Amino acid sequence: MSAPMLAAHGLGFGYGAKAVGRDVDLAVRPGEVLCLLGPNGSGKTTLFKTMLGLLPAQAGEVRLEGVPMVQMSRGEIARRVAYVPQAHAAHFPFRVLDMVVMGRTAHLGLFAAPGEEDRRKALAALAALGIADLAENEYTRISGGQRQLALVARALAQDAPAIVMDEPTASLDFGNQVVVLAEVKRLARRGLAVVLSTHDPDHAFSVGDRVALLDDGRLIAQGLPAEVLTPERLRAVYGVSVIVERLSQGQTVCAPDYGAA
Amino acid sequence: MTGYRLGVLGGLAVLLALLMLAASLVGAYPLSLGDVVAAVGRKLTGATPQGQIDTVLFEVRLPRVFAAVLVGAAIAAAGAAYQTLFRNPLVSPDILGVSTGAGLGAVLGIFLSLPVVGIQLAAFVVGLATVGLVYAIASVVHGREPILVLVLAGVVVGSLAGAAISLMKILADPYDQLPAIVFWLLGSLSAIRKGEVWSAAPLVVLGLVPLVLLRWRINVLSLGDEEAKALGVEAGRLRLFVVAAATLMTASVVAISGVIGWVGLVIPHIARMAVGPSFDRLLPTAMLLGASYLLLVDTIARTMARIEVPIGILTAIIGAPFFLWLLAKGREGWS
Repeated sequence: MSAPMLAAHGLGFGYGAKAVGRDVDLAVRPGEVLCLLGPNGSGKTTLFKTMLGLLPAQAGEVRLEGVPMVQMSRGEIARRVAYVPQAHAAHFPFRVLDMVVMGRTAHLGLFAAPGEEDRRKALAALAALGIADLAENEYTRISGGQRQLALVARALAQDAPAIVMDEPTASLDFGNQVVVLAEVKRLARRGLAVVLSTHDPDHAFSVGDRVALLDDGRLIAQGLPAEVLTPERLRAVYGVSVIVERLSQGQTVCAPDYGAA
Repeated sequence: MTGYRLGVLGGLAVLLALLMLAASLVGAYPLSLGDVVAAVGRKLTGATPQGQIDTVLFEVRLPRVFAAVLVGAAIAAAGAAYQTLFRNPLVSPDILGVSTGAGLGAVLGIFLSLPVVGIQLAAFVVGLATVGLVYAIASVVHGREPILVLVLAGVVVGSLAGAAISLMKILADPYDQLPAIVFWLLGSLSAIRKGEVWSAAPLVVLGLVPLVLLRWRINVLSLGDEEAKALGVEAGRLRLFVVAAATLMTASVVAISGVIGWVGLVIPHIARMAVGPSFDRLLPTAMLLGASYLLLVDTIARTMARIEVPIGILTAIIGAPFFLWLLAKGREGWS
């Protein structure tokens, strides 16, 4: 088996001296989608930031293709793993295309600015997500869902073999959620390693090759979606009763059981 | 770069050239276009200078024109860099305490009766030290909003420097030093000498080079440290470096012109309205615009009345209402 693209070994994480979580072992391989589920405040974002090298690890280490991240420069890390943050408001009204072209930064020399080739890749990324027509719009004036898609496009333009997405579907309407998740699937088919966090177990069932369940900073289960996301575990973590059903077309869905709550 | 943006830059360059020509004609001793052309011709061919015209043009008028261009371009460039870097359109050399710090240094120099070069050096050193102090405070205080902490630290240190300036005004010799201090604090190019322009220009260029070279990374940094790092930019180191460069530009011109407010705040805004927030386009636009603006205001300052109005007063009178208008209009310059 090939070395994992992105792996956490006994990772402890948190802000400053404050620990948020510990003993996390995760690995995602090329062509694989790993979904991270966990309630609000369980430490998903902090874990991601640590896995991207934005926060120092409090214990353990993060490895990219087997190489410890602490030995890499920012540029080397960014060429291996791209980050899709939660959609946010920018401070300056950049054009959407400018925003996406920024994904090319790690491929540019220290003193260089992006050229035609970079712009072409940015436009291709926008087209892949079906928002090529937004290229000339101001990033501050498009909807939250469109911003999220633009940030995914920026990660595509970054051309890294691994992508970490922090709740990429959180601010999207139903249709755009499907657009993003379908793109996630396609990225994995192209051989990328994708880690994403989500609040919706259905998303894990539909795109996750593997699922990790985070509760209070600890991984309480990891494995195939059907093995990890059992009604018992979901009740233990989220405190609500759910029904997990396999539909006749093959998808597995999860629905709250209001009668039992 | 699209045709529109090239058009804006070209138009601003032509405007600046025309303003420079006009500014070298008008003044207490008016020159005609023919005078100037002939004098420049004599200078270029190395012929003997002829009387007053050459003296006025090369010793008084042109040094002042170039000083206005240099100061305006430098302050606007520094303001554009600070605003992009700190993701805050309200940040400027004034807010970060650079101007007041450099002012304190110069006042100290005047108070100690240092020669002109000493005053320049003091302005520069204390200006850099002020930013260093602001930066140190901001990095010690771990707030949730590092930018906000930095700006607030700038305001605090700036007002402390202001208090020190006031103290020195009280202690200064009221007949000799005090007028010089007050005049300098108002900001003026009237006392500029040729040598001062030549001593400040290389430092401005030295500060400008990193801004031009790192233009794209500065842009990425405006997304915030975390995103910039995830995109492959060494955010902390880059910010420190760019702040140092912008401060060098500010302090070296404040040392020769005194405290000229509002230019570093307002000009980058107008430039952003014209060409958008991308720093590679913003920087040249802001510099051309800042140079033209300060040259225009300085020319008005020295010709509109029998006594010269300090330029700092004019830039505040024009800048403050303009900024309020920007604020009310909102949206265009930032979200």
